[in-house]
Amino acid sequence: MIAEAGLFSLIIALFFSILLVILPSVGVIKNLSILQLTAGRYVFGQFLFIGIAYLCLTLCFLRDDFTVIYVLTNSSISLPWFYKFCAVWGGHEGSMLLWVAILSFWTLCVSQFSKHLAEEIRVRVLVILGALSAGFILFVITTSNPFLRQFQILHAHGRDLNPLLQDPGFLFHPPMLYMGYVGFAVAFSFAIATLWLGRVESAWVRWTRPWTLAAWCCLTTGITLGSWWAYRELGWGGWWFWDPVENASFMPWLVGTALIHSLVVNEQRGQFKAWSLLLAISAFSLSLIGTFLVRSGVLTSVHAFAVDPQRGLFILFFLLMVIGGSLLLFALRSQTLQTEKKLNSVSREGAMLLNNVFLFSAMATVLMGTVYPLLIDGLGLGKLSVGAPYFNTVFVPLMIPLFILMGLGAHLKWHSDCLKTVLLRLSGVAFFSILLPIGILFFCAKVINPSALLGLVLAFWILFTTLKAVWNKRQSRGLFHISQTYWGMVVAHCGVAATIIGIAVSTNYGMQEDVRVALGEQFNFAGFQFQFVKETNLKGPNYHGVQTQFKISSANRSVTIYPEKRIYNVGQMAMTESAIDVTPLRDVYVALGEPLDSYTWSVRLYYKPFVRWIWGGGVMILLGGLLALLDRRYYKT
Amino acid sequence: MKALHWRLAPFFIFLALVLVFWRGLALDPHHLPSTKVGQPLPSFQLTSFGETKRSSKSMLGHVSLLNVWASWCMACADEQAVLMRLAKQGVSIYGLNYKDSMDNAKEWLSEWGNPYQQIGEDVDGKVAINLGVYGAPETFLIDKNGIIRYRHVGALTMVIWEKEFAPLIQLLESVE
Repeated sequence: MIAEAGLFSLIIALFFSILLVILPSVGVIKNLSILQLTAGRYVFGQFLFIGIAYLCLTLCFLRDDFTVIYVLTNSSISLPWFYKFCAVWGGHEGSMLLWVAILSFWTLCVSQFSKHLAEEIRVRVLVILGALSAGFILFVITTSNPFLRQFQILHAHGRDLNPLLQDPGFLFHPPMLYMGYVGFAVAFSFAIATLWLGRVESAWVRWTRPWTLAAWCCLTTGITLGSWWAYRELGWGGWWFWDPVENASFMPWLVGTALIHSLVVNEQRGQFKAWSLLLAISAFSLSLIGTFLVRSGVLTSVHAFAVDPQRGLFILFFLLMVIGGSLLLFALRSQTLQTEKKLNSVSREGAMLLNNVFLFSAMATVLMGTVYPLLIDGLGLGKLSVGAPYFNTVFVPLMIPLFILMGLGAHLKWHSDCLKTVLLRLSGVAFFSILLPIGILFFCAKVINPSALLGLVLAFWILFTTLKAVWNKRQSRGLFHISQTYWGMVVAHCGVAATIIGIAVSTNYGMQEDVRVALGEQFNFAGFQFQFVKETNLKGPNYHGVQTQFKISSANRSVTIYPEKRIYNVGQMAMTESAIDVTPLRDVYVALGEPLDSYTWSVRLYYKPFVRWIWGGGVMILLGGLLALLDRRYYKT
Repeated sequence: MKALHWRLAPFFIFLALVLVFWRGLALDPHHLPSTKVGQPLPSFQLTSFGETKRSSKSMLGHVSLLNVWASWCMACADEQAVLMRLAKQGVSIYGLNYKDSMDNAKEWLSEWGNPYQQIGEDVDGKVAINLGVYGAPETFLIDKNGIIRYRHVGALTMVIWEKEFAPLIQLLESVE
């Protein structure tokens, strides 16, 4: 019953979104403001009924209704209740329903918090959001219905949620990611609404900025969480694999970052209007392309959902309409918006332009690598896979000039500056950025790894130039007159530096070893003394297995960790729950391999210095974004 | 109109991408062609559960299937119903028991059924390596002269049988 109610709600929501598209559009065309004003009502109706549909699906999970196929394949009787909550988005159909729900939420927010916007822009934005909603709801109802029923298997216990997903990281990672992906739809809608209107309100940038920042913050959180979760859960010590699904989240992030910077220039100098529009369209387009890649079966990936070419066809058609249409609109209409102002290459605008180019190129290389296997197969040239070697070789060199630019950009003046004076001013900073890492590495590690050195030099360069810029501002304006937005930039850029340090050090100074260890044995690794203390049987709500106890001792500290080997009862899937001793400066990671004998295991050990800084940097980047987003002075006009 | 040209560039690049995607929908990234197709089946000697030694040469003279399976492989249970059906229809199926123990294999066969005319044990997987096996289950189509004609990775289903194997078998049976 509840499943049918959910489906019915979804259909009603579809009607509301169609109404949202048609009636206000008629109002726009015929200049009837009364029709335009009805948009808010349909937004609310859409939100309400999608909410009910989502609630119904959640209830089906909580009540263990295995007559619903989706619940049968993604849950089980013994699954803990909080994982049942997130099992709702564990498969394709449910995650699409989540997508649709989040889109309706963003639409509601835009409708509620944009009352100060000119009506003509506001109504167009809502119409476009409505069109996107309608398309996605139609997709869910026709090809990805989570409410389908089966009445053959009556006494089922459920096939259980994939054990890899039964982890706290799963509670937050997908919803955060979707908030980001879908949030870019708002910036997208603003761009299209502007092109539709035919002129850029000078304030459109100010309206778009908070929505873009909010979406970008969510996506940053989602990506950081995903990386941290993979590191914890997968047991290989890796945190980024250039998997197509990871790339699908990274590409919109790169473009989103370019968009944020472009909007700054747009706001301060009135330039880069075309760039901002194109970037806003691209960011959401990449979200859509990512959706296609992951759900259509054209690529192999550890994340990939169940394959169905019919779904792929629908999304592809949707892509063509939405992205093709918007790019065409951009080509035809954007020249009406451009106020030509000459751009000096040596200036902050010039640096920002270069910044956009680098970020966009980086996105293009990632896209190329992700799509390449498809291209080669399509041309009949064979089957190959593109992995980390390609991405690392191409992506990293692009980032190096970008990081140098990050430091320079904050010191260049708007409009025009002299490169020589700036470089002279920063020569002291450059000197220390090179000297300090050499000293630190030599002192702490005795061996200087060139790749780590490069990373540290760049990180210190960013850190010192950013801090120096703050110092300069303080001197000229005083500490309390530095805007919150500026602090946001400072914190975010320092976060990037922290992430670079984390990556450089953990990758190049990390250690790994496989050992065979019996109960009671002691051994040494990475300067620590380990002891395999105990092994006990383990029984969890929906798994059983073995829990071991390892004691890690160093000169001044001793800690016990509990790596486990679990077998999930329903799927008989074996999972390693690695145990990590975490301190801010290093991780010691122990993962159980295979049992070799009674009370004897093969164990994999990792020593990862500074690895936490990777996600610490991610958190700082998020904080920077939040600082900029919540800058009250910005909203006071 | 020069300005229009560069503004249309993103549109055309996107169209090219859509074309690649469209083409991609018709492909299957999981379809892995075997390098062994067209090569003769590597000869091997296998014991069939501790009993008489058999040579792979006994497979010559008729079109047959070689099915790589194991008792620890869950998907093999899925395809067993299909293999039983094919065996009843008269298809010659030989089994290669891959990295398994004799006891487990015998127990598994008594539970799921035995469609195999003969079974070879490949305890350490050396024969499988020569065959280019990725993992269990895999099914090879061997012609009358012992040449490998097709390799399917994954559980065999009736759909795949109708689509890939049946036409090939018809062709091979008619040839001398």
